[in-house]
Amino acid sequence: MSLKSIFRTVSNSRSYLLRYKSLGASFSNYRSIVPLSTNIPNLKEEKVKLTFVLYDGKRIETEAKVGDTLLDVVVNNNLNIEGYGACEGTLTCSTCHVILKQEDFDRLPEEASDEERDMLDLAYGLTDTSRLGCQITMTKDLDGLEVQVPETINDARS
Amino acid sequence: MNRTHLKTMIRMLSSVPVVPRVSIIGAGAAGFYAAMHLSKNVANIQIDLLEKLPVPFGLIRYGVAPDHPEVKNVINQFTKVAQHPNVNFYGNVTLGKDVSLNQLRQHYDAVLLCYGADEDKALGIENEDAQNIIAARNFVGWYNGFPNDKDLKVDLSGHTMAILGQGNVALDVARILLSPIDELKKTDITEHALEIISESKVKEIYLIGRRGPLQVAFTIKELRELLKLKNCKTLWREQDFKGVSEIVGNLGRPRKRLTELMLKSLQEQNQEGFIADQGLKYFKPIFFRSPIKFLISDKKLSGIKLSCNKLVGDTFDDQRCVPNGEVEELDCSLALRSIGYKSIPVDKELIFTSYGTIANNKGIIIDNSCHSTDLGKLYVAGWLGTGPIGVILHTMGNAFQVAKVMCEDLKILNNSKPKGGFEEIRKIVTEKHNLIVDWHGWEKINRYEIEQGKMKGKPREKICTIQEMLEVAFR
Ligand SMILES: Cc1cc2nc3c(=O)[nH]c(=O)nc-3n(C[C@H](O)[C@H](O)[C@H](O)COP(=O)(O)OP(=O)(O)OC[C@H]3O[C@@H](n4cnc5c(N)ncnc54)[C@H](O)[C@@H]3O)c2cc1C
Ligand code: FES
Repeated sequence: MSLKSIFRTVSNSRSYLLRYKSLGASFSNYRSIVPLSTNIPNLKEEKVKLTFVLYDGKRIETEAKVGDTLLDVVVNNNLNIEGYGACEGTLTCSTCHVILKQEDFDRLPEEASDEERDMLDLAYGLTDTSRLGCQITMTKDLDGLEVQVPETINDARS
Repeated sequence: MNRTHLKTMIRMLSSVPVVPRVSIIGAGAAGFYAAMHLSKNVANIQIDLLEKLPVPFGLIRYGVAPDHPEVKNVINQFTKVAQHPNVNFYGNVTLGKDVSLNQLRQHYDAVLLCYGADEDKALGIENEDAQNIIAARNFVGWYNGFPNDKDLKVDLSGHTMAILGQGNVALDVARILLSPIDELKKTDITEHALEIISESKVKEIYLIGRRGPLQVAFTIKELRELLKLKNCKTLWREQDFKGVSEIVGNLGRPRKRLTELMLKSLQEQNQEGFIADQGLKYFKPIFFRSPIKFLISDKKLSGIKLSCNKLVGDTFDDQRCVPNGEVEELDCSLALRSIGYKSIPVDKELIFTSYGTIANNKGIIIDNSCHSTDLGKLYVAGWLGTGPIGVILHTMGNAFQVAKVMCEDLKILNNSKPKGGFEEIRKIVTEKHNLIVDWHGWEKINRYEIEQGKMKGKPREKICTIQEMLEVAFR
C-alpha cells in the first residue's frame, strides 16, 4: 500500500470515528456507522462510478470507493462543489443535499432517518427524491449513480 | 507584424496584471462564504476580511450553542479560506470607528458589508428594563463568552421562568437551561456560565408565542432535541391545538412534519397523564399570548401580564394575531426576550429599510448619493442584507449569490487607477491603534483557548476579554 493510501484510510476512519462520537449518543438509529465495519476489509478499494450534476449543468464524473458516503467522495477527490459538507457529515447543515432519480432513490438500501429528514426540511429546492449526501453510502449496486446538486439559494427571493 | 500590433503586445507583456482589491467587513459566515467564492473565481484577487473583534467567525463562535459543536465544524472550511494566499484577515478593526466607509471605498474596488445583526429587538412594553428581564442574545453571549456579555447578571434562583419568542434561539436557550449539567460540562460553555447554571433552581420554562402552533419559527431538529432531553418533560396546552390536526395534511412537507411532531408529543402526553416528579424539569410551550406588561415586586420581575390572542386572516402563514380582550398573568422570576434582531447603521452613508436591513438589490447596495466613480462599489450579504432569518445554510446561499454578482462586476473592472488596499487602510487604523490581529494572531488565541480547555476537560475555554485576546495574540 502506498503512503498516500494509508493516509487516506487513516483519515477516513478518523472522520467516521468523529462522526460516531458526536452522533452516537444522540441518534440511536444513526446509519453512517455501518461503513465503519465494512470499510476495514475494504482496503482492496473496490471502485464504482459516480456523477454529480451541478445546478448549472456542469458534470463532475468521478470514482467512488465502495463503502464511502457521497460526502467522503467529494472530500477525498477534492471535488469543486462549493460549500458542500459544512458540518462534515454530522447531520447538522444540509449543505450536502442531493436529488436522485426516482429509480435510484427507490433502490437505496437505507431509507432516510427522521434526523436526516429534519435537516432536509431546511434545504431549498427540496424534492420527494432528495437525500443528504453524507448519509448515502456507495455500494457496488450503485455503480454509475448520477445525482443532482441543487442551487443553495431561495428561488422565490432571487 | 506592424508597429501598433507590436506595441500592444509589448504593453500586454509588460503590464502588471489587474489586481482587484476587495474588502469584506465582518468575518462571520457571510464574510467567509463570500471570500470562498471570490477567491476561487476571480484571478489575482486580493481579499481583506476586516473584523471588529480580534477573533473570527461571528455567530458561529458566539451564537451557535456550545452543545452543538458539530455545527461549528464549518470553521474548518473557513480556516482553509483564510489560509488562501489571496485572503487576509485583519481583526480588531471596526468599521465606523477605526475606518469609515468612504475610506474603504477609496482604497478598494469593491466593499462587501457582512457585519450582521447585532442588536436585539425590544418589546416596548412597561417595565421592560427591570431586573431579571434579559435579551436572549445577551444570555447567549454570556454562555458563549462574548466579551460584552461576560458580566451579565443572571439570576437562576427562581423556580419558574419565561422565554418570549418561539424561534431556534429561544429553544437553544431553553435547552441549555434544561440539560443535565454533566452534558454541558463537556462543552466549551464559559466557566462563569457553567458555575451559575449548575446552581440553577429553574424547574419550569414557559415558551411564549404570539401566534399558534402552525406559525412557530423554530425548526424540527431543535424541537426533537428538546423532546428527547433527559429528565425533562414537555407539556403542551391541548386547547392551543384546536383545529390543527384537521389542517396538518394540507401543509407543505417541512411545516407538516414539524406540526405532526408537536401533535404526536401532545398525544403521548395525554396517554401518559401527568405525573409530578421532583427530579423532572418542565418545558411548557404556550401559544396565542402577547406580553403587555412586566409585573414587578421589590424592583424584580414577579410575573408577566399577557393578552390572549386570536388569529385573523385566511391562510395560516399570513395570519395575524389580534387581542381577544382577555388577559392572563403568568408568575415567573426571570424572562428572556427572544423576538429577533436588527442591524445597526455603523456609517451615516448607509440607507436602512424599515426592517433594519441595508436596502439592496441582490446584494448591490442601493446608493442614492452621486459619488465619483472612483469609489469602490458597495455590496451587502448575510443577515445585514437578508434580515436575521435562517440558518448557516441560508446565509451561505445568500453569500454565494452576492459573490457571484461581484465576480461579474470585477471581471469588467476598469483598473486604470489601481487601489491601495489594506496598506492604505493600515495607515488610517494606526492613527487609532496599532493592534491589528492577523490570522497568525488568531491561531495563537485559538491554541491558547484549546490548551486552557484541556485542563478542564473541555474542548476549549474561551478568552472573554478583548484585552486578554490582544495579549495572547501579540505575545
Ligand atoms: C444565538 C444564535 C444561534 C444560532 N445557531 C445556529 C445553528 O445552530 N445552526 C445554524 O445553521 N445557524 C445558527 N444561527 C444562524 C447563523 O448564526 C447565521 O445564519 C449566520 O451566522 C449569519 O452570518 P452573518 O455573517 O450574516 O453574521 P455574523 O455571523 O453575525 O457575522 C457578523 C460579523 O461582523 C462583525 N462586525 C460587527 N460589526 C462590525 C463592524 N462595525 N466592523 C467590522 N466587523 C463588524 C461581527 O463581530 C461578526 O463577526 C444562529 C444564530 C444565533 C443568533
Ligand atoms: S454534511 Fe452536513 S448534513 Fe450532510
